[in-house]
Amino acid sequence: MVVPSLKLQDLIEEIRGARTQAQEREVIQKECAHIRASFRDGDPMLRHQQLAKLLYVHMLGYPAHFGQMECLKLIASSRFTDKRVGYLGAMLLLDERHDAHLLITNSIKNDLSQGIQPVQGLALCTLSTMGSAEMCRDLATEVEKLLLQPSPYVRKKAILTAVHMIRKVPELSNVFLPPCAKLLHERHHGILLGTVTLITELCERSPEALRHFRKVVPQLAQILQTLVTTGYSTEHSISGVNDPFLQVQILHLLRILGRNHEESSETMNDLLAQVATNTDTSRNAGNAVLFETVLTIMDIRSTAGLRVLAVNILGRFLHNSDRNIRYVALTSLLRLVQSDHSAVQRHRPTVVECLQETDASLSRRALELSLALVNGSNVRAMMQELQAFLESCPPDLRADCASGILLAAERFAPTKRWHIDTILHVLTTAGTHVRDDAVANLTQLIGGAQELHAYSVRRLYNALAEDISQQPLVQVAAWCIGEYGDLLLEGNFEEIEPLQVEEEEVLALLEKVLQSHMSLPATRGYALTALMKLSTRLRGDNNRIRQVVSIYGSCLDMELQQRAVEYDTLFRKYDHMRAAILEKMPLVERGGPQVDEEAKERKEAAQLSEVAPAPTESQASQLLDLLDLLDGASGNAQHPPLLDPSPGGALVHLLDLPCAPPPPAPIPDLKVFEREGVQLNLSFIRSPENPALLLIIITATNSSESDVTHFICQAAVPKSLQLQLQAPSGNTVPARGGLPITQLFRILNPNKAPLRLKLRLTYNHFGQSVQEIFEVNNLPVESWQ
Amino acid sequence: MIKAILIFNNHGKPRLSKFYQPYSEDTQQQIIRETFHLVSKRDENVCNFLEGGLLIGGSDNKLIYRHYATLYFVFCVDSSESELGILDLIQVFVETLDKCFENVCELDLIFHVDKVHNILAEMVMGGMVLETNMNEIVTQIDAQNKLEKSEVRMENAIIKEGSQHDDNLRMICSFHCLSFSITL
Repeated sequence: MVVPSLKLQDLIEEIRGARTQAQEREVIQKECAHIRASFRDGDPMLRHQQLAKLLYVHMLGYPAHFGQMECLKLIASSRFTDKRVGYLGAMLLLDERHDAHLLITNSIKNDLSQGIQPVQGLALCTLSTMGSAEMCRDLATEVEKLLLQPSPYVRKKAILTAVHMIRKVPELSNVFLPPCAKLLHERHHGILLGTVTLITELCERSPEALRHFRKVVPQLAQILQTLVTTGYSTEHSISGVNDPFLQVQILHLLRILGRNHEESSETMNDLLAQVATNTDTSRNAGNAVLFETVLTIMDIRSTAGLRVLAVNILGRFLHNSDRNIRYVALTSLLRLVQSDHSAVQRHRPTVVECLQETDASLSRRALELSLALVNGSNVRAMMQELQAFLESCPPDLRADCASGILLAAERFAPTKRWHIDTILHVLTTAGTHVRDDAVANLTQLIGGAQELHAYSVRRLYNALAEDISQQPLVQVAAWCIGEYGDLLLEGNFEEIEPLQVEEEEVLALLEKVLQSHMSLPATRGYALTALMKLSTRLRGDNNRIRQVVSIYGSCLDMELQQRAVEYDTLFRKYDHMRAAILEKMPLVERGGPQVDEEAKERKEAAQLSEVAPAPTESQASQLLDLLDLLDGASGNAQHPPLLDPSPGGALVHLLDLPCAPPPPAPIPDLKVFEREGVQLNLSFIRSPENPALLLIIITATNSSESDVTHFICQAAVPKSLQLQLQAPSGNTVPARGGLPITQLFRILNPNKAPLRLKLRLTYNHFGQSVQEIFEVNNLPVESWQ
Repeated sequence: MIKAILIFNNHGKPRLSKFYQPYSEDTQQQIIRETFHLVSKRDENVCNFLEGGLLIGGSDNKLIYRHYATLYFVFCVDSSESELGILDLIQVFVETLDKCFENVCELDLIFHVDKVHNILAEMVMGGMVLETNMNEIVTQIDAQNKLEKSEVRMENAIIKEGSQHDDNLRMICSFHCLSFSITL
């Protein structure tokens, strides 16, 4: 039964005629059934029409995988018409995730070697779009041959296919690197464009290729010069600029070649100056070239004058009326802000103005750039602008803006009070968009600033009284009121208008928070605990608080219920302990409860870097920064005592944290000294994860009749080892087996040098001062191997 | 590198979709929808650049688009491409379409989507810019179209010849049969 099949145009007409989605689906399903039937036993001459229809419905989103085999058949056919549709189908329907795609490799090979030019073009196009790594390996030689063909049409396609092949199979760079230099001598713009792209790809992938291609810099400069100085050419001109695409591509390559290379940069200086000043910027094409030139100038080792010119060009573009130009100017400045900070700073006022843009893309760029421009000297002014922006910015930028402000405030806050004010402002304006650790950071900050407790609790109380919906703010406020409630009620305060706060008001506010449906369970927890703390801070009787606490004893939320019951018990049975339990919290150390996890992480980090032969300076400084972060505001008492700058030492000191001591390795103890009942023992500990570190615990015991006093032990090791002595547990050993003195030595032995140890003891015994210096013999081999 | 080229109309109906990186069919349709969603929200006089949606690679990639009457031309590119350059490329593409179709309009794109693919394949290959000289592109397309047409003509001629040949053959056969039977 021969069903007359629709031509493509008719099918499209029918689909467009469908009124509803369901109708469209019906039409398409019917037609797909026809297409399937026709694939099975229809006229092979019309196969390409069927596939064309299938590709159309595929674009609309309907399944078309049953057409994959037809693509293969069509590609293998000898007709150009078939091949055209077949290759298009291959590009749209096949990709490297389907096994079927390898089947076209043979057809492509035949077409590449024997086909006419248009067919070769089709094959190359398909190969560069969906060619997988296996296909590329198989066909590399064919493509290489085509690079040298006379026809520019095929050559330019072969070059870009080579780029794709290198991306898929980096080893093929060796195959495609040699022809490049010769190809640069061609005059055909398509070939030049492809070659420059190919060279760019090769240089980005391997430093040797980069070095190799530095020698073509003069030639590239020559090509660019010709393009710039040649007059109007109808062939390649876009709005009066001679082939801007090629110019931009060459400039990009020059940027890569000139980076960090004096000689190449010098060759380019004059040319770049020429391009920068001569390009016509009245139309988009000229601006594209100019921007690329600016980026190149800033990236290579250009002269100072040239750099100033470049930044000024960017500054000029910031004032351009065309929004696209402003966008690209902001993007370019963002790229430059790391390397040329001061130059970009000059344009800060304009950048800040751009924050007011209605265009979301522009304001986002302006925000990123503004945040990057904040530094110690302009932080107050910038924060003002950014906070004003935060109030009016579109919602998708809020989170970025808020976290950016908080970060900048942390880095550059001139005073603690300003810092607290800033965070407070962010929490009130955009509280729902801040990150989770903002609450912890703020409580940490307030806790550390004792002089500002009263001020903070005041401001937080006022903020809370106005609005209890912003959860992070409510949490911090509740915590503060709980901690410093007594300061809140004192009322005598110079800096803000005196506010008489009654106890009842405070309690009422906290109750409101507890009952509000807007409060998260965590917030309720904060509020309940705050109420409890106030029971010791306030002067009135605690009936109200007791009432609330007992009500929440039957709350449905597990956490709240538990807290409430505990607090209630505190009131009833342990009232005498209440004041002690609820007194002001000591400063929470930032490292606090996460110390164990962090210790584990750093241990792993230390191991990883111990595997590397020599930890680099930057690694060490990064690790040191980590330490700084830890004890920044809090004055961590557990800061390791010796932080010498040598990289090896820094790594090990990170392990000096209050975690459980490493399990003792079975190295036997050693008795090293005995005199009149005073004995010195050494025990050795090495952990398998950190073989360079040896811990020695010396124990001094006294079995004689007289006390040992003023006991000092000092040690020395060979130069290749590092020794660190920790403070001894004491310097007196009472007589007759009294509490021994222990002291910890830490020895770093990364090179596994033989361990030698010299000890010097001084102490008073039997009324005499004793001094002994000796070298420890018989040190067990396991202690250093 | 150009990651994808999409053309869709003001209602989001795709008129051309070409991806230069492997995405599954579902992902492709989702990308088209997401891109339409992002681009249609834009006002008329804002800049032509947007951050890429999550599916297409997030903020590393950009959407560079131009709105012509009822169609959006969207190129999704990564950070190595020059934004202003791509704007020009879109312009060249549209002008080439104009030349090939003679005052191109949306209907041309609807009914000849395969031809649009062919034209695009002469300009952008594997995600990289191949040729921007309009004359060269149009010359190539014309040559290929001629090749197709001549093939079809040849085939029609052969079929016609073949059917004539068949007739001749039948006549000879019947003559032989006749002579045979006469001999018999």
